[in-house]
Amino acid sequence: MTDLTKLTISQARDQLAGKEITATELTDAYLSAIDAANGALNAYVKVTHDKARAMAAASDAKLSKGEGGALEGIPLGIKDLFGTEGVHTQACSHVLDGFEPRYESTVTANLWADGAVMLGKLNMDEFAMGSSNETSYYGPVRNPWRSSREMIMTGKPVTHAGEGGFAGEGSSVRRERVLDNVDLVPGGSSGGSAAAVSAWLCAGATATDTGGSIRQPAAFTGTVGIKPTYGRCSRWGIVAFASSLDQAGPIARDVRDAAILLRSMASVDRKDTTSVDLPVPDYEAALGRSVRGMKIGIPKEYRVDGMPAEIEALWQQGIDWMRDAGAEIVDISLPHTKYAQPAYYIVAPAEASSNLARYDGVRYGLRVPGKDIAEMYEKTRAAGFGREVKRRIMIGTYVLSAGYYDAYYLKAQKVRTLIKKDFEDVFAAGVDAILTPATPSAAFGIADQDMASDPVKMYLNDIFTVTVNMAGLPGIAVPAGLDGRGLPLGLQLIGKPFEEETLFRTAHVIEQAAGRFEPTKWW
Amino acid sequence: MSVDLATVKRVAHLARIAVTEDDAERMTGELNAILGFVEQLDEVDVAGVEPMTSVIPMAMRKRDDVVTDGGKAADVVANAPASAENFFLVPKVVE
Repeated sequence: MTDLTKLTISQARDQLAGKEITATELTDAYLSAIDAANGALNAYVKVTHDKARAMAAASDAKLSKGEGGALEGIPLGIKDLFGTEGVHTQACSHVLDGFEPRYESTVTANLWADGAVMLGKLNMDEFAMGSSNETSYYGPVRNPWRSSREMIMTGKPVTHAGEGGFAGEGSSVRRERVLDNVDLVPGGSSGGSAAAVSAWLCAGATATDTGGSIRQPAAFTGTVGIKPTYGRCSRWGIVAFASSLDQAGPIARDVRDAAILLRSMASVDRKDTTSVDLPVPDYEAALGRSVRGMKIGIPKEYRVDGMPAEIEALWQQGIDWMRDAGAEIVDISLPHTKYAQPAYYIVAPAEASSNLARYDGVRYGLRVPGKDIAEMYEKTRAAGFGREVKRRIMIGTYVLSAGYYDAYYLKAQKVRTLIKKDFEDVFAAGVDAILTPATPSAAFGIADQDMASDPVKMYLNDIFTVTVNMAGLPGIAVPAGLDGRGLPLGLQLIGKPFEEETLFRTAHVIEQAAGRFEPTKWW
Repeated sequence: MSVDLATVKRVAHLARIAVTEDDAERMTGELNAILGFVEQLDEVDVAGVEPMTSVIPMAMRKRDDVVTDGGKAADVVANAPASAENFFLVPKVVE
């Protein structure tokens, strides 16, 4: 029997509709895979076995009558940031200990309405603040990918994983790629989502992106992640980090699956005042359309100092693929690019300090007693928040405090206007989409000393993604190759507001040229 | 601009986060690294530029002024660390 967890969503959808498999079989296959792997990977912080089986049984009842929804019987993982009724929702923070909301987020409600099955809640950086999933109260996620090196092997073949091993006729000498025994981060903040999708522990996952938290982990795990235009997915019921930047989106195994998921996640929602009143298109229909004659912009400011040669080469490869497919490549300038990160590290912490004021030990989660209410607040928040979250609340509180508001927050919001105008100018000049690398490097090690000693260095992971959030634009990360150590690298495409279809169409061209990338199982 | 230890303690109090002397000292260094990083914004000429208030040009949609929800007091306090008769319990605030 084939391994059901290897099916993409589109394949599973067809086999479920054709009654070749049942939702219960598919769900059980995933639950078994999670139970076997989660001890090593730590991708899930809560597995909802009973709920998953009940939802799968309900899907089977519908499928048997030919009544299935667009995602009927498809098992998904949900980032711990999404409110799920009666189920662990803690943004992977200690301060939300025991929180089980009495409501369902709009995005997850949309998925269940379309028939999807919930497998559990996925690990993430605490309150989505981080680029490595190391700030989670539940500990880091291990990337299913490990670096590898080519070794010359002699003697009896060994059984461990490797690709491209060969042996000459009668020869006992062969080459094999051998995995290094070093744990890498899956990226963040949606590290659990990306790892679970990559390691076949869910068919697809929800994620969120405030500065790159969908696209960077997707790039680190060889998966596809799209951050839609601000306002496309409702933020209602998602734990807020930075409200003017947060957007939900899917992480999936391929571009088609990402298109299928986004169509179900996106909606017009009266409960979110920033939800935009536009119909949700059939994104999947955009796949396979030609890109001939499209103008793809290459921003010179993304050619940053110290960019690894492999990232440079990958970018050039992407340019060549788009040109070969008939697109016109144009050099563009986005002059305020270098100011996006400094502006982001004012705007995002400022909004976070306001949003996280609600965690005070009164209404939900952790409470640490104090001699009076003020001391209770201070002790609760000191014990409940991790270092990175405290750091950002402190920065946010400082830049919003009396006397500094104009110098920091107001200035950053003005710079944000200029960043957005850079994009508007190139789109007005006829550019249809912008191609960039997704990240400045491949996945790095857990507890990397350079990153740990300098918060700013960790922040630079978002250098290619954060501009997109500042301008509210859609961006997709698509796997495009492996580096010399065998680790996946991604390219990013940035589109005009609400033109996610253009991103699926162009990313599909890259996927067709690059092929798909899967980790070698070690866990 | 940079912050000193006294400022960090003041900000921690504003943020309602208890800090030890060691925490405050470590945070002073971290905050100054971040403030140093964002100082690059001083290079940008923002004269006459409107601050962004909405990334997608749209008027905020308002709900109709009607009651659509309610009667959920038990749900509202369900996750409270301490509650009684659908009230949140906190340490005494008035003597």
